[in-house]
Amino acid sequence: MAIDIKVKRGLKLRLKGEAEKIKSPALKSKTYALIPDNFHGLVPKMLIKKEGTPIKAGEALFYSKYNEKTKVVSPVSGKLKTIERGARRRILRVIIEADDEFEYVSHDKLDPLKTDADKLKNHIFEAGCGAFFKQRLYDIPANADDTPKAIYISAFNTTPLGADFEFILKDKKEHFQNGINALTKLTDGKVYLGVDRNAKSFLHDTENVELIRVSGPHPAGNVGVQIQKTNPINKGEKVWTIRPEDVAIIGELLSTGKFNAERTIAVCGSDAVDRQYFTTLIGAEINSIIEEVDTNKTRIISGDVFTGDKAENGDHINFFANEITLIPEGNHYRMFGWLPFKDNYIPSMSNTSLSRLSGHKEYVVDTNLNGEERALVVTSEMEKVMPMDIMPMQLLKACMTGDIDKMENLGIYEVVPEDFALVDYVNTSKVEAQEVIRQGLDLMLTEVG
Amino acid sequence: MNWIRKKIDEIKKPFQPGEKYEKFAPAVNALDTFLFVPNHTTKKGAHIRDAVDLKRTMITVVIALIPALIFGIWNTGYQHFKQLDVEYTFMDAFLHGAIKIVPMIIVSYVVGLGIEFGFAVKRGHEVNEGYLVTGLLIPMIMPVDIPLWIVALSVAFAVLIGKEAFGGTGMNILNPALTARAFAFFAYPTYMSGDKVWVSGATEVSGISGETILGTLAAGKEVAYNSADMFSGFIPGSISETSTLFILVGALILILTKIGSWRIILSGFIGAAVMALIFNALGSSVFTNNDLMNFPWYNHLIVGGLAFGVVFMATDPVSARQTLKGKWIYGFLIGFLGVMIRIFNPAYPEGVMLAILLMNVFAPTIDHYVIQGNIKRRQKRLKLQTAKTS
Repeated sequence: MAIDIKVKRGLKLRLKGEAEKIKSPALKSKTYALIPDNFHGLVPKMLIKKEGTPIKAGEALFYSKYNEKTKVVSPVSGKLKTIERGARRRILRVIIEADDEFEYVSHDKLDPLKTDADKLKNHIFEAGCGAFFKQRLYDIPANADDTPKAIYISAFNTTPLGADFEFILKDKKEHFQNGINALTKLTDGKVYLGVDRNAKSFLHDTENVELIRVSGPHPAGNVGVQIQKTNPINKGEKVWTIRPEDVAIIGELLSTGKFNAERTIAVCGSDAVDRQYFTTLIGAEINSIIEEVDTNKTRIISGDVFTGDKAENGDHINFFANEITLIPEGNHYRMFGWLPFKDNYIPSMSNTSLSRLSGHKEYVVDTNLNGEERALVVTSEMEKVMPMDIMPMQLLKACMTGDIDKMENLGIYEVVPEDFALVDYVNTSKVEAQEVIRQGLDLMLTEVG
Repeated sequence: MNWIRKKIDEIKKPFQPGEKYEKFAPAVNALDTFLFVPNHTTKKGAHIRDAVDLKRTMITVVIALIPALIFGIWNTGYQHFKQLDVEYTFMDAFLHGAIKIVPMIIVSYVVGLGIEFGFAVKRGHEVNEGYLVTGLLIPMIMPVDIPLWIVALSVAFAVLIGKEAFGGTGMNILNPALTARAFAFFAYPTYMSGDKVWVSGATEVSGISGETILGTLAAGKEVAYNSADMFSGFIPGSISETSTLFILVGALILILTKIGSWRIILSGFIGAAVMALIFNALGSSVFTNNDLMNFPWYNHLIVGGLAFGVVFMATDPVSARQTLKGKWIYGFLIGFLGVMIRIFNPAYPEGVMLAILLMNVFAPTIDHYVIQGNIKRRQKRLKLQTAKTS
């Protein structure tokens, strides 16, 4: 039986530049990169250390120092080009030069519903699909030795310009269902799938899941909101989350024996020229999908406008991203721009901008901070965009002061940075809420574990 | 515009890090950001941001104050000429008020911003915009004949003791504008109460009685004004708090722009109405000699500083409550206690200032209990969970 959730608090922001529902293959990328920072909390230990070593597609490149079963595998076959390092020899990127034709690591084909749970879990982690799971508490890679109390997938994307999971997955229905079947073996509890309540989609017919039909503005599509409304996390409990396209990769692995790192990327944003979906592989070069842009004028975001990473020409797409967003850089001054009802092209949740009056118009929003960072003065605005039973301002303050007891009491275990993305957006004080929450989670991880 | 920008960049050069006047950068930055929204961009996280910032928030409140201020300026002249019983034009009244009030505003901003700039330079942080509102509020709630030196002293007290001692904008416990008024009231009571201070020039002319309505009632005298006068504001009182009509225009601006909390405003009026109704009910049978008790409940809402206090002071986000539920309780109690103090304190019948200051002090307690409610829900869930597994 499906669960219906109506989210009221939040913000629907209409931005210009949605990707058209057309799918084409991207240009072949010469290099592919895996970025350890994409897996927060994973300290990489290289399995292949020598540059120039030939690699098969699906072969493990590095694993997590604290969690050896979590391996990150190569999306392509080729040779290890460089291990790019930063300060204190921290690994920034592992770059692979791709072959013309790929040679894959061959895995056993398994029927998830008929396979023993432990065997299935080992198989999935061994093939590198363990890296797709994230664990809540703390928003870190999942540990293969844990059995989560539930697994959540949200196939409802409410971020502005967000890629449509239904469109991405419609050619992979069977793999997706197969992946879901596998997930049911990884948890003692249920596998939950969040879907758009108002959309007609094949996702509603998914079997072996507890369907959550969600409606409402962003962050209704956030998995965190869906968890809290259906089966909230308590201290000591662990829930895994996974993105829908990665479920399909697991399904394909089990039915074909091949780790197919295919990603469908939506190119969107007001500055994007060719706004549509492109199929490529995990870690492809951004410039294999979009042409080089003047980064003084345009920001390339690997991911969505709320949680993505700023990228440069020549960078690679984030491991989990299914979007490349291009929006104007806001590095300009606006004379008396702080006056209310001036510069009404910039949307505001307060009504000090007349932007709301323009009805269903889509906005072109740049990256200007629209002000300066200030003390937390204005109240209630965070609450308006927080549908979870969390007191956002109080939790942020607790994180800022590192008060562990308060953080625990106010629900730090239930949130991850992306749940505070809208708080980042709306708050007058321009406090980096997602960063504060990340630091809070890291503190909990080191102090409480 | 470009040449202004270039000029500013040039002026700012000696204030850059490592340069000669680096220390004074906050002062120059404050002037720069007054002219231009800076070119700061997001680094990560949410790459896009809402148009609103603290400057815009505070200026919106200032705009909301303007109708009441303009009326206050005119009413000052009107009350003056009315008491003198001389011929006057609209402009005469307005000019008389302006000559009295504009210097107070200038003194308030010069002293207050001077201290704010000083602290910003000393502490090396940017100048916060909070004082833009406080600086205007302070003259607006003073009696018109208050000497400028008392305004200056009150401002200094409010900014130093009421705000900077706690760490500056966003950290204060009490509403700074009310702190200024409370300081003036307790330090210089003769300038702040009685029947001569509410009408401009009243002390110089004998025979003028410019008592406020609440003062008249507390003294057991007959009130010469009707409800329409009280609502529109053609009555003596603190500079800008007489006209409920124009205060409500301000409230509308605050609510429509979503800058002020409609919860606090609404619950404040409800609280006052409830208390007034209780006393109205008791007054007719029990306390027959207290005119304030028998004052109709709807009149309680439109006289004195209640409307001004509820709309502009209680909604101050820093000293008010932060939780949504807390705001309902906080607003209600301000109205409720405001009328209670007003009725029981004949020496100082305006109770809203004290009610707001009192609730400022109790605000963290209200929030504490609201937050505890949230925490308890979580703990209860945990207990249920433990019970299930054991």
